[in-house]
Amino acid sequence: MAKKIDVVFSDFTPGSALKKIYDMSPKEVIDLVTQSRLRGRGGAGFPTGLKWQLAAETGIRPKYFVCNADEGEPGTFKDKMILEKQAAKVIEGMLIGAYAIDASRGFIYLRGEYKYLLSSLLAKINELRRQNLLGDDICQRKGFCFDLEVRLGAGAYVCGEESALLSSLEGRRGEARNKPPYPAEKGYMGYPTVVNNVETLSFVPHIILNGPRWFHNYGTEKSAGSKLFSVSGDCKKPGIYEFEFGIKIKDLLKEVEAGEDTKAVQIGGASGFCASKDDFNENICFEGIPTGGSIIIFNESRDMFHVLKNFVEFFQQESCGQCTPCREGCSRMLEGLLKFESGKGSSKTIDDLLDLSETMSLASKCGFGQSVPNSFRTIVSKFKDEIIAR
Amino acid sequence: MLNVKINNQKYSVSEGMTVLDVCKRENIYIPTLCHHPDLETKGICRVCVVEVKNSKTLQAACSTPVYDGMEIFTGTEKVRRVRKTIIELLLANHYTDCTVCAKNLNCELQDLANQYSLTGLRWKERRERTLPLDDSSPVFVRDNNKCVLCKRCVRACDEIQGVYAIANLNKGDSTIVGSEFNKPVSEVVCINCGQCITHCPTGALYEKSFIDDVWKAIDDPEKVVVVQTAPAIRAALGEEFDYPPGTRVTGKMVTALKMIGFDYVFDTQFSADLTIMEEGTELLARLKKAIVDKEDVALPMTTSCSPGWIKFQEHFFPELIPNISTCKSPQQMMGAVLKTYWAEKTGIDPEKIVSVSIMPCTAKKFEAMRPEMADSGYQDVDYVLTTRELARMIKQDAIHLKSLSNSDFDDPLGRSTGAATIFGATGGVMEAAIRTAYETVTGREVPFDSLNVTPVRGLEGIREANIKIEGTKDEWNFLEGVTLNVAVAHGTANAKKIMTRVASGEMNYHFIEIMTCPGGCLAGGGQPIPVTEEIRELRAKAVYEEDMDMKLRKSHENPAVTEIYKDYLGEPNSHKAHELLHTHYTRRGRY
Repeated sequence: MAKKIDVVFSDFTPGSALKKIYDMSPKEVIDLVTQSRLRGRGGAGFPTGLKWQLAAETGIRPKYFVCNADEGEPGTFKDKMILEKQAAKVIEGMLIGAYAIDASRGFIYLRGEYKYLLSSLLAKINELRRQNLLGDDICQRKGFCFDLEVRLGAGAYVCGEESALLSSLEGRRGEARNKPPYPAEKGYMGYPTVVNNVETLSFVPHIILNGPRWFHNYGTEKSAGSKLFSVSGDCKKPGIYEFEFGIKIKDLLKEVEAGEDTKAVQIGGASGFCASKDDFNENICFEGIPTGGSIIIFNESRDMFHVLKNFVEFFQQESCGQCTPCREGCSRMLEGLLKFESGKGSSKTIDDLLDLSETMSLASKCGFGQSVPNSFRTIVSKFKDEIIAR
Repeated sequence: MLNVKINNQKYSVSEGMTVLDVCKRENIYIPTLCHHPDLETKGICRVCVVEVKNSKTLQAACSTPVYDGMEIFTGTEKVRRVRKTIIELLLANHYTDCTVCAKNLNCELQDLANQYSLTGLRWKERRERTLPLDDSSPVFVRDNNKCVLCKRCVRACDEIQGVYAIANLNKGDSTIVGSEFNKPVSEVVCINCGQCITHCPTGALYEKSFIDDVWKAIDDPEKVVVVQTAPAIRAALGEEFDYPPGTRVTGKMVTALKMIGFDYVFDTQFSADLTIMEEGTELLARLKKAIVDKEDVALPMTTSCSPGWIKFQEHFFPELIPNISTCKSPQQMMGAVLKTYWAEKTGIDPEKIVSVSIMPCTAKKFEAMRPEMADSGYQDVDYVLTTRELARMIKQDAIHLKSLSNSDFDDPLGRSTGAATIFGATGGVMEAAIRTAYETVTGREVPFDSLNVTPVRGLEGIREANIKIEGTKDEWNFLEGVTLNVAVAHGTANAKKIMTRVASGEMNYHFIEIMTCPGGCLAGGGQPIPVTEEIRELRAKAVYEEDMDMKLRKSHENPAVTEIYKDYLGEPNSHKAHELLHTHYTRRGRY
């Protein structure tokens, strides 16, 4: 049975974790986070401690700490809830990271559509400043200065990719950059920068307060801790859930009261993987089916061709347009799918599109284009008949 | 040193090199498209992908730095398959009318399609012309239907020129290259330099052509069609006819022009010498006003030969317009002289003269159209063709350039000196001016070996030199002991740097030469494509050699120039000279 967990939205006293790190050196903070095996919750799962360490090791100043609140994956809505309910916790996560890497300035890059959160976030930031939990000599600790501003995105999905986010933050067109150099070496304005997801940061104060071992109480060997899921689609109880990593799909479905007629679950949003009934015993975790938290449930009444077409349409519009495989690939993939709608598709069309998928995964410049074919490949392999039958 | 393996062969490489750098050094072929050695790496076309051991995805060779122990595979089945698919994707969204395209047989996409022997397109039959052409520019056309979004034009405009007239617009499948707020390019700060054209791998950008108008004029027995050719043409035209870069084809070019049917073939180098007389005199006059008369006169004076730079200054530094020399460019001086002095001398009705110029430049097309360029009473220059257009005319007339013998330019406006030849290279105008001004003031030749003012030569973006004037003639003794501070910049991004220093008062120069394009006119927007730093160097070598080969190497020694002053203009900066050879500028601002 799935265990419901309540870490992210649990009560938190601002400053409590901060006080604890004052007895620790930045390196000790990083070591602790590394030991916790915390991995990025945005979807890619990069080890947070390692990311901090890379930024901490460089001697270049200034450094920046950025919170990625550009939650844009279709079907995910957890970060906005965190920012609504637990902004102070997220900001404290940033402070701890800033302390660890020696950054004195940061940004929250807020999804443009979440503009309604701006005033409450700014109010929270001001409150923390008044409480000396932001600004100069934080908590009377001489020399520890960190302040942040909130910057709004303008609606581009790709800006959730960290290097595109940084370009946008600099006032440029939101386009992914070549890596290396990674943001930890050359990020905002060319300076070392850590970019962490909202949810990732919300775990940090708890890890500091409870210790790295506590975090291992949940999850699996490679995917420690718990994870927020944004559940939508055909179930009785859609919403935000916190489960431990490694939860089986079927257990999750039971918790959210999805019906017996569930035929597919899209895990990780449009860029994620489609699971069919055969996969419901699989575990959701980095070593199983990875996800940034989007879970969309489809029952028998849903047309998987329509689902797929909807995803590909989304990508065709949201590709930043700079690299060939992603920009052109999305358009050709959509055209290929439309052939089925007009009765001109065949299994040769599918094969051609699978070949195209391979090029997109192998040769796109950033994670966006590389992950576009995930949903295509999984939906096509599991529901081929439904596609061809069009 | 790092050790890497490419296709199982070991190589020793240095840190900071990319996979592409190493492969180029080792002659391992990697196809590229968005990569251009002039420009910062973007890594967006993905044509250059290679396999790297332990890497899940393929890596772009152009943007991937090497690391110790790296194992690279450049020709695996997977690499070939993926590259081929990428080229197929590019072609599927490229309006393909190769046989009637301006870049037919000189198109990097066409080459790639050939190399990867594409036999069909799997996802799309062929792209239609769905996007409108932007032909709002006076000098070039943008056809987004052929654009492969490599951003080479955008980067050239940003990085080389500092103009930022174009950028990517929209996203996803709607991505195009255009100007801010989707305005036509004529409504933004485009300076018409054509560097976007010379950096474009396909036929998405091409000059507006006047070839047909020129043929029509040639075919009209009533017209006297006169042509002038800029110094940079002779050093590059050969490239269009399979000569290696840096081959001088001066005499063959003149023969070809005569065969095409131009009635008179003159040399813009004549008016380049004339420019030196006018501009040198203007500089000395400004210096006198500043030093002797203590007048508030605009210094440093900047050159005015390069029309891209003029428009740049009008947009970006309108407050420094008084600093630009009032001299027209050599093209326009020739135009004005042809329909006045020469027409009178030969008794040809100027109404019947069609004045054509062959320029390495697209901005020259715009310059000729400027309303103030009609001091002869007619439009001074009627048609401007680029080097590429001339090559097309030669080919259209089935002239085999390589087999031609040499001819000389016609007298008297075909006479020139070595000083005028080097106008084509960055630093050339400065050098020519120094050769004449120094001698005017001191009565002695410039104190450089063989007249070669080497400090102002080279391809560094900004160069400075100081020349101390000693032993002046009596009338110039106010310059005795004065050190003349001069600077040379090419590429308007460099011009921007230098003019910012001037505007802030940080630098006190007397004279600045600015050429719009990197390398000067030799690599202008109308020159043969491709252009790289290596090609710039070879073309520059050619003009400096031509200079050394010429009997006369100082503008003031040009007998045709002496004659025009004696018979017509009086003296440099005379009233008549001002009427015909000088101009004024327009404040444009940035928006």
